[in-house]
Amino acid sequence: MIYALLFWEFFKVGIFCVGGGYASMPLIQASVVDTFHWLTMSEFVDIFTISQMTPGPIGINAATFVGTRIAGLGGAVVATLGFVTPSFFLGIFLARIFLKYGDIGPIRGILNGLRPAVVALICVASLSFILLALWNTEELPSDWLAFSRGGLVILIAAIVATRKGIGVIKVLLGSGVLGLVLGMAGLI
Amino acid sequence: MDLVTPKRDAHFYWTLFKSTFLISAFTVGGGFVIIPLLKGKYVDEYHWISDKDTLDMVAIAQSMPGVVAVNSAVILGYRMAGVLGTLVALVATVLPCLITLTIISYSYDYFIQNAYIKMVLRGMQCGATALIVNVGIDLLVKQGRKKLILPLLIIIGTFVANLFFDTNIMVLILIDGIIGFLFMRDALYN
Repeated sequence: MIYALLFWEFFKVGIFCVGGGYASMPLIQASVVDTFHWLTMSEFVDIFTISQMTPGPIGINAATFVGTRIAGLGGAVVATLGFVTPSFFLGIFLARIFLKYGDIGPIRGILNGLRPAVVALICVASLSFILLALWNTEELPSDWLAFSRGGLVILIAAIVATRKGIGVIKVLLGSGVLGLVLGMAGLI
Repeated sequence: MDLVTPKRDAHFYWTLFKSTFLISAFTVGGGFVIIPLLKGKYVDEYHWISDKDTLDMVAIAQSMPGVVAVNSAVILGYRMAGVLGTLVALVATVLPCLITLTIISYSYDYFIQNAYIKMVLRGMQCGATALIVNVGIDLLVKQGRKKLILPLLIIIGTFVANLFFDTNIMVLILIDGIIGFLFMRDALYN
């Protein structure tokens, strides 16, 4: 029963992946590459790349793609379902608690402490996104002047567009089109 | 800005489905990009929730296991419309991945190597950068205006610890949650 097994394996990944989509990668690898040999390591690296390239949450992309490779469309569906089932129950449970007790001192205190934490994490993420967009690296660039001119153009255009109140999806679509145009002009 | 409480009719569920589907489909680069997208749709466009709600939800979504986008969808769906809302939001989050990756898995080599696809994705990545930078700036300005010492210290401390000392996000969230639990119960910090 490959489907039941896939569901169970990704259910476990869903429970133990703490810290977002990236954290699921080593867990998925341990299961599908090391334990069950459903995929080779090089196939797995490709899956990681594709999940990162493709729009959509990385963890779900990976579950879907691994499922497809192993057992077709049905495999994709059960792997993804297994992955999100823990989130479904835990999310409802936590949402209930916070809706019910969110106004009570201690819980409100926790949320008040977490909000600035999220602001800080957004700032850190912004910096690594800027590095990736302009220097195409996740480390500090060795040559600060060697940034992508096209990337800078898109970045500024998208910031201005968002400030002018243009919707987020339109901004992303427009950036994709600009990427194609500037890319063909050799500027990215 | 006044929040709107939508009637839970077919139209509402369709809007919830449609917007969550789009948000998931356009989460380029994962993780934190979800925040500007959630804010753009639910706060700025539909006025269903406030900025503060968004941050609360993401904080909870971030501190539980699983994918942040899925967790946020579940929590938001529940907040908006109970278990049915959760199911709608969950399906809408997962569906774009199923569709895109099923297609890609059949044209896998073509997709990885195609230069034009790479250019479009690069462009979208720069666009996502703009979105997240914007939200980061807005939130910093908002916090700065409140002129409260403790939240600013948390922002600086968390930022430094994560950026320069690579402290695990879960550890940071735990510490900041405890600080809040101990010292920030006052309505002043809401």
